[in-house]
Amino acid sequence: MELTLAVAIGVLTGSGVWLILRPRTYQLVIGLSLLSYAVNLFIFSMGRLRVGAAPVLGADGSGNPADFADPVPQALVLTAIVIGFATTALLLVVLIAARGLTGSDHVDGRESR
Amino acid sequence: MELYSLPLIIALPFVAGLAATLLPSDSRAPATWLACATTLACLALTLSLYPSVHGGGIVRQRFEWIPSLGLDVALRMDGFAWIFAALISGIGLLVVVYTRYYISPEDPVRRFHLFFLAFTGSMLGVVLAGNLILLVVFWELTSIFSFLLIGYWHHNQAARDGARMALTITAIGGLALLGGVLVVGHIVGSYDLDTVLASGDAIRNHDLYVPALLLILLGTLTKSAQFPFQFWLPNAMAAPTPVSAFLHSATMVKAGVFLMARLWPVLSGTPEWFLIVGLAGMISLVLGAYLAMFQQDLKGLLAYSTISHLGLITLLLSLGSPLAAVAAIFHMLNHATFKASLFMAAGIIDHETGTRDLRRLSGLFQYMPVTGTLAMVASAAMAGVPLLNGFLSKEMFFAEAVETHADSWLDTAAPYAAVLGSALAVTYSIRLIHSIFLGVPPESFPREPHEPPFWMGFPVMFLVVACLVVGIIPGLTIGPFLQVAVSSVLGAATPQYSLAVWHGFTLPLAMSAIALAAGTLLYLFAGGYLERAESQFLFGRIQGRRIFELVMVAISWRGARLVEQVFGTRRLQPQMHLLVAAAVAAAATPLFASGLGFGTYSGGRTDFAFAGLWAIGMVCAVAAAQRAKFHRLAALVLLGGTGLVTCLSFVWLSAPDLAATQLLVEIVTTVLILLGLRWLPKRSEALREPIGPLARARHFRDLTIAVVAGVGMTAISYAVMTRKPPDTIAHFFIEKAYSEGGGRNVVNVILVDFRGFDTLGEITVLGIVALTVFALLRRFRPAPDSIERPEQQRVQLSYDEAEPDRGAGATPAEYLYVPSVLVQWMFPVVIVLAAYLFLRGHDAPGGGFAAGVAMAAGFVLQYMAGGTVWVEDRLRILPVRWIGAGLLLAALTGAASMLVGDAFLTSYFRYVSLPLLGKLPMASATMFDLGVFSLVVGATVLMLIAIAHQSIRRLRAARLEEERQVVEESRQWN
Repeated sequence: MELTLAVAIGVLTGSGVWLILRPRTYQLVIGLSLLSYAVNLFIFSMGRLRVGAAPVLGADGSGNPADFADPVPQALVLTAIVIGFATTALLLVVLIAARGLTGSDHVDGRESR
Repeated sequence: MELYSLPLIIALPFVAGLAATLLPSDSRAPATWLACATTLACLALTLSLYPSVHGGGIVRQRFEWIPSLGLDVALRMDGFAWIFAALISGIGLLVVVYTRYYISPEDPVRRFHLFFLAFTGSMLGVVLAGNLILLVVFWELTSIFSFLLIGYWHHNQAARDGARMALTITAIGGLALLGGVLVVGHIVGSYDLDTVLASGDAIRNHDLYVPALLLILLGTLTKSAQFPFQFWLPNAMAAPTPVSAFLHSATMVKAGVFLMARLWPVLSGTPEWFLIVGLAGMISLVLGAYLAMFQQDLKGLLAYSTISHLGLITLLLSLGSPLAAVAAIFHMLNHATFKASLFMAAGIIDHETGTRDLRRLSGLFQYMPVTGTLAMVASAAMAGVPLLNGFLSKEMFFAEAVETHADSWLDTAAPYAAVLGSALAVTYSIRLIHSIFLGVPPESFPREPHEPPFWMGFPVMFLVVACLVVGIIPGLTIGPFLQVAVSSVLGAATPQYSLAVWHGFTLPLAMSAIALAAGTLLYLFAGGYLERAESQFLFGRIQGRRIFELVMVAISWRGARLVEQVFGTRRLQPQMHLLVAAAVAAAATPLFASGLGFGTYSGGRTDFAFAGLWAIGMVCAVAAAQRAKFHRLAALVLLGGTGLVTCLSFVWLSAPDLAATQLLVEIVTTVLILLGLRWLPKRSEALREPIGPLARARHFRDLTIAVVAGVGMTAISYAVMTRKPPDTIAHFFIEKAYSEGGGRNVVNVILVDFRGFDTLGEITVLGIVALTVFALLRRFRPAPDSIERPEQQRVQLSYDEAEPDRGAGATPAEYLYVPSVLVQWMFPVVIVLAAYLFLRGHDAPGGGFAAGVAMAAGFVLQYMAGGTVWVEDRLRILPVRWIGAGLLLAALTGAASMLVGDAFLTSYFRYVSLPLLGKLPMASATMFDLGVFSLVVGATVLMLIAIAHQSIRRLRAARLEEERQVVEESRQWN
């Protein structure tokens, strides 16, 4: 379980890093999205992996902390997901606006020599 | 009352300045009255404190600011501060009266008074500060407001340049002063002025004395325009004359000598002090007077004369003898009086004749005898003629210059420099009077001159009368006040001094006589030459201003470009390489230092289904990376695949909230990027050609970086995940979620209650990003090859238009008919789903974020299936209002708890039974979550719709263009 997720985080990071080093703006958008998956999973995994232990308390509202997954990284990641969407949108708009101004979808606004 | 006088004196001008901006803009009177009342109130408050400082008392007022750093808002008024406060507010009052007639109604009067009053407040802050850091803060404020005042006529290039130069020089000085003050604070252990003043020996004997002295002097000498920083002052003459009269004679330039006098007891008396201060003062004294003679601009002459007189004060302070300090303080007051009056007289002359050029002015006495007389008396005071106040302090100066204070060539040179400077002062004073008021009037002035209105001349008259009265009966007028000021600086060292006009036939009197005679003779011989001189004899080629500009160009333009060329790049990829490399290095360094061990902890047995799931996810990610260059849509689909696997992992690993949110965000992200694809260029086939060895090497390098980053992340996350979790704050949240937050979904309770403030910040960011996207797209210009309709649309459109029984847009309407009906039917279902997610959020997975994205997805689906035009004919969403309402609701919910005395965002909850819905948690956090919901809906919809709208906007623009052409063609035919 841990190994699977660790390898997955590594692969997502590697793919994302490869893409953000590329020259096309669209590659950057995809790369950043992949990286944000990796980072979200990484932060999430800091609370350790638990199966079948959602941090939702019983009807009487009591619970033994040992029985539940760590809610703190989950709360962090939840807002990160929504903010990630917003920054992806911002990046996309900046990139298509730059493409409109420069006529090129190269990250520098012009083809490299 | 006395308790609050000090803060009031400083605060009043700032408050009144802000109030002045609220006055009606079309009239000068209200702002003038306000400024008058303010400066008068400051003056009255200051005067009312005289009894408290009279007997050597000190008025103190202290507010805590950052006590842990030794920073207090400590205010302190002793005799010296008192006399300066009285001087500032008194001359401020006179200048305000004068300004009423000087500033023309076309100028922005309110802005003038805002800056002027704020400057007055800052200046009062400098003299009343009882804490050195606070003093530096006010000091910097005077620099900033003086910048704004010099540049008041900002349409004027000279004003802008002068303002910038003044700010650059004085702000550099201010920075140095801050450094010096910090060193002094380090030596003394306190920034409190009383403590510092009591630690003179400790400071002077400390190893850090010289650095502290250098830094502080850098601050004071720049502020007082002393050599070699004198050149900013003449360039500041582009300021309105009331500003020059106030800042460049009486107040701001005095701040430097004020501080030198203030710290005189602790810093002076060492060889370093004597050398630096004495040299700067002596050169300024002589050079300023010398250059003043050559000025053709009346205000320029006065500016150089100010440099010279401040040099005199600086030289006096350098000597280190108490009597010299008395003379210095006395001359500060005298100079402020006659120089302010002269500046105001210069303003009157400029105002009446339309010129300040000494070569064009002549014989003005016939037209304005009163102003002429006043200016003559003030000039005589400047030259040091007996029976005027300038004479008294100059006599004291001569007496001190003759005394031997140190065995140094500088001390030997002092009396000669003193006589030389005074003689030159006589020359330029005579030149001022002679060329302006005497002689034959020219054929015509730019304007026909006459006496100014009474109240414009009144401030000049008042100050000139003060010069006379002080000059004739000093002991009865200024005497007691001077004594109070002097004794508060010198304390026990206060010497016996005599303020009498007549001391008998002494050496100083002889020096005065020599200076007067020599100066007059010099004018007689060289007056004509001075009148014609285009530049200064000897120093014409060396101009501080030129040097300053060269330095500025070298630093701010050439240097910056050089640095940018060497260290910078405008290309993104090298920056990304650096960033990633830095991140890898930052992560690797501690691992190499302390090793990376894997543990044995496990949260569950390895599940092959989970591994299979991620096999798919990883293939998707790698494939997306590979496809993103040529197959954008495929890459987007593959990205979605990875997103779904991530989402499933959240379900698997006990994070239902994350899963719900991830799934919904996945939908809107896909829509978003799909909308963006429209504006990207067709992939050039040239890029498909086989790549050269260089590009291959680059690919290999990037692949290496990516693999290293990936392997590193795997190692780190595996190492963490296999360790037993430490005691975290999680158990606190789990234990308290229900009892204190009233909710059973701990994640949601954390978001809306425990860490509500974070969430408020995050939704604010979300709103800002959405508005930024919106704003960026308002000015969006697509590339030329993206303006046309996409090929598919063109084919459909031409087909529809060719068939007689089909209208434009019939094909998409046809093939989207089933989806659009479905989506219309789904709309209420989506709304119910969003409401459901929202309401259950506090107790079960869901909540404002997920519900908001779901609702937004509902809207966007309508757009996709029905088309933008169709939806907007039926539904106005107004996303910006959703954003505003959400943010307001969240913030107000937080603020509501403050009404009952709790901290911001403290939540209140109880369960309520509602018909049909059953028992529902009604926490104030729900209202907060509603705000989150509303903002997320607004932000998401705004971003998506803004991008989606670009397509119809382009078409609309194209259609308008077409129509315009049709109209033009029809015009041609008719």
